[in-house]
Amino acid sequence: MLQYIVRRILLLFVTMLLTSIIVFALTQFIPGDIARLLLGREASEQALENFRDQFGLNDPLPQQYINWLTGFVTGDWGTSFSSGNPAVRPLVLERLGNSLRLTLMTLIISIPLSIVLGIIAALRENTWVDSAISLISLSVVGLPEFVTGLVLINVFALQLGWFPATALVSSDHQLGDWLRILFLPAVTATLVLLGYVSRMTRAGVIDELKKPYVRTAVLKGLPRRQVIFKHVLRNALLPTITVIALSVGWLIGGLVVIENVFNYSGLGALLVESVKQKNIPLLQAVVMITIFFYALANLIADVLYAVLNPRIRLT
Amino acid sequence: MSAVIQANNLNVEYRLNKVWVNAINEVSLTINPLEIHGLVGESGSGKTTLALSLMRYMAGNARIASGEILLDGDDLVRKTEVEMRKIWGRHLNLVPQDPLASLNPSYTIGDQIAEITQLHEGLSRAEAWKRAVEMLASVKIADPEAVARRYPHQLSGGMQQRVTIAMALSTQPRLLVLDEPTTALDVTTQAVILDLFRELIRDNHAAAIYVSHDLGTVAQLCDHVTVLYAGEVMESAPVDDLFAQPLHPYTAGLLASLPRPTQNVETRLYAIKGVAPSLTERPKGCVFAPRCPLATQKCFDEKPALENTGTGRTVKCHYWRDIAAGKLSVQAESQETTINAAPREGYVLNARDINKRFGERSILQRITGREGDYVHAVDNISIRIRERSTLGLVGESGSGKTTLARCIVALDAADSGEIELGGIQISNKLEERTKDTLKNLPMVFQNPNDTLNPYQTVGQALERPLRTLSGEPMSREQIRQRVAELLQAVRLTPEYSNRYPSELSGGEKQRIAIARAFAADPALVVADEPTSSLDVSVQAVILNLLKDLRAEKGASYLLISHDLDVVSYLADWIAVMYLGEIVEEGDTQDVYNAPSHPYTEALISAIPVPDPSQKQGHIRLEGEIPSARHIPSGCRFHTRCPRKIGKICEEQAPPWRDAGDGHSIRCHIPIDELIALQTTQPFNNPLSAQE
Repeated sequence: MLQYIVRRILLLFVTMLLTSIIVFALTQFIPGDIARLLLGREASEQALENFRDQFGLNDPLPQQYINWLTGFVTGDWGTSFSSGNPAVRPLVLERLGNSLRLTLMTLIISIPLSIVLGIIAALRENTWVDSAISLISLSVVGLPEFVTGLVLINVFALQLGWFPATALVSSDHQLGDWLRILFLPAVTATLVLLGYVSRMTRAGVIDELKKPYVRTAVLKGLPRRQVIFKHVLRNALLPTITVIALSVGWLIGGLVVIENVFNYSGLGALLVESVKQKNIPLLQAVVMITIFFYALANLIADVLYAVLNPRIRLT
Repeated sequence: MSAVIQANNLNVEYRLNKVWVNAINEVSLTINPLEIHGLVGESGSGKTTLALSLMRYMAGNARIASGEILLDGDDLVRKTEVEMRKIWGRHLNLVPQDPLASLNPSYTIGDQIAEITQLHEGLSRAEAWKRAVEMLASVKIADPEAVARRYPHQLSGGMQQRVTIAMALSTQPRLLVLDEPTTALDVTTQAVILDLFRELIRDNHAAAIYVSHDLGTVAQLCDHVTVLYAGEVMESAPVDDLFAQPLHPYTAGLLASLPRPTQNVETRLYAIKGVAPSLTERPKGCVFAPRCPLATQKCFDEKPALENTGTGRTVKCHYWRDIAAGKLSVQAESQETTINAAPREGYVLNARDINKRFGERSILQRITGREGDYVHAVDNISIRIRERSTLGLVGESGSGKTTLARCIVALDAADSGEIELGGIQISNKLEERTKDTLKNLPMVFQNPNDTLNPYQTVGQALERPLRTLSGEPMSREQIRQRVAELLQAVRLTPEYSNRYPSELSGGEKQRIAIARAFAADPALVVADEPTSSLDVSVQAVILNLLKDLRAEKGASYLLISHDLDVVSYLADWIAVMYLGEIVEEGDTQDVYNAPSHPYTEALISAIPVPDPSQKQGHIRLEGEIPSARHIPSGCRFHTRCPRKIGKICEEQAPPWRDAGDGHSIRCHIPIDELIALQTTQPFNNPLSAQE
């Protein structure tokens, strides 16, 4: 088991190394001369040259890559091209913190809700309850987030006034403030995830219910509750763990639309800004961080999978 | 003596296409304490449905329509599921067919056994665990403490089945339902498990229902047998009477369709014609009439009653009195002989020094120069097959027999060795083989359900080898003609060419697979357990067919089976494999008789003879076949050999010993001593008993 975890962690580093190469390579393909783009048409040749020198754009590419990577690993994430906030690291870390808060809030709402719905649908397979759950969860998945987001804002913020319409972050927020501003964005994200996770849970439970070990458990005389919760769920939820881990990556770096709708400053919004500004150091940092958490979530899922599944843990 | 369980006029129905159809029809049975009651019948006969219904465990779409089930006089039909929970696991316990799938993969063995006594006897976790370990010891598991801490997938099949037995016995149940509990096991393990059942059922003062399609194990284990067909009782009798004189034509047909080593090889196996009716089209008269060789108009019009013969038997046939008096006989109606063509002189296949290893060396092992974790599945094996003859390959699972066959047809490429087909050396790799070689070396697989493409008609399946493998291009009409001929050869009508596999029964599918193998006039057909997924009556059809085709087409077979009786029915020559090596080979009769390799002797001893008057041999193998990853030193069989003579067996590879006529045995014990050992001890070899 320990060997397995160590191997998975090593694999995480390899993944990150490969990712860094890809991220670096991709940012080289941005068309046009960066210096010219940023400094404008009127900039003098001297100014352009100074800019390139300042950001190391004249070095050979491998050199640039190594400089960037060693800087990244040692905590120097470079300086932003834009003039307003030159240091990349504090900006990205602040946004990461916001994104992690939103992710956590979403998971707290969505995991229990979708698993419970999935289990209910599976146990009432092919009844109206199952059909209703499937219909609702799948139809909200189909709706774009800006639609569900705006509807939620309209009802719960504008009409009822229970939650703020925008999720503006401020440094003096207390826990209660956070819960209030995060609730609507988290519910919007939950609606997207609900369909996937609950369908996966439903399929897992239905599959497991057909297996002969369930008959064994029933014929032991165990109460139905114990058959389901002790015997079936332990095996049925394994595929669900993987789906949840995959969604964590999306929650951290991919909530572009939701963050925009609620005006929430997360990593997704930052990513879009950095692309718009052709702010390469910022873009690289955001992508690297997003992928790191994505890989980390998968690592945690794999380890959890192995803990729960002796067939993987002990072969 | 009052009955443990008694079913009266039980009717069970299934909901199919929104209609309730009858699956178990008016079944009554009584099981007394200490009795092991066999329920036999072919697939679809309702035997498992009946057994589970007696536990009042119903599938989601099934219900008990009428009747009563009395457990110690208490009617289970009236009980709710909640009330049944006090009985399940305590008085009524199941030993399932597939032990691995029937155990929860995520909990330890100990936890799963302890769960029962915690629930029903209110034991604490520690007490229940202690009891679980005791139960594991009682089913003769060595080191029960360690096994209790393991997970199901870490145990072998035989061990898993012992665990389910331990689980079923941990509350001293009134009735055990054994649902085909040895079907998934090797014959050697099966023999050990059957011994265990006999002993434990007696010691626990329980009673048991033993559900099986295998008449051999029923004869050896049961006290009383009920024969089911289409959900109805055909006949019920004490085991000795039933096997000595079946009174129902169906029972007689089942028994006659078994291949037996005592059988004259010229005789065809009796085959019950037709297929069992589906649940929705139950015949008006006797359900068996459409397939019965003795049926008269009366049988089709009038349903026979289940009559008591006055000798402790019941039978449902209009003509049982005539059958009992010997005036009518199923066998006499259809005794035929096969064309038994003798093998030719030349060899169709000559494979020398075949080796196959699986697995690789990991990077770490390469760096440190260590050997990899190889599985040496086939270790330097040579076999030869004469033209128009059959080589039977036997051995437990894990002996490497399937790998050897796959190397010959090149589904796996042999690592080394030479294969000659018809005197010409052929490549070990599939992609280097010519069309002509492929045409001459087809394979028939174990499970016909998986080997036919569900989206291709039978005609398309048969046309393909004709088009791609036959030498000259054929016209559409010629192909149609050939397909019809092939179907004819496997005793099916040409209309079958338009059907899809889903419209065929298991036996019909296997016949199509055989027709496909014969499509391009092969030289050698490799058949891997061709009948093991089929019912005995269908198996008889397939075995007859293989024998006929051998004579008609002059083909040869490499036949792999774990069932020695099947092998001996078809094979002229037998090779016995153990852990990647051949340990004995010779003429079929010679291999069956002393002298035998101790392993062969044990295999023969483990065969459950379908005759209760002939008890099974007494030799049992300790443990199970070792992993091919860690092959024992010296004689590979020494770890389990009941005839081990000493250190030499552990240290030196045994020599080949010649027993005459090409019969050779790889053993440290000299031939004369083997003969002396094997003939002096009471050893119920069915063949030697005859001599």
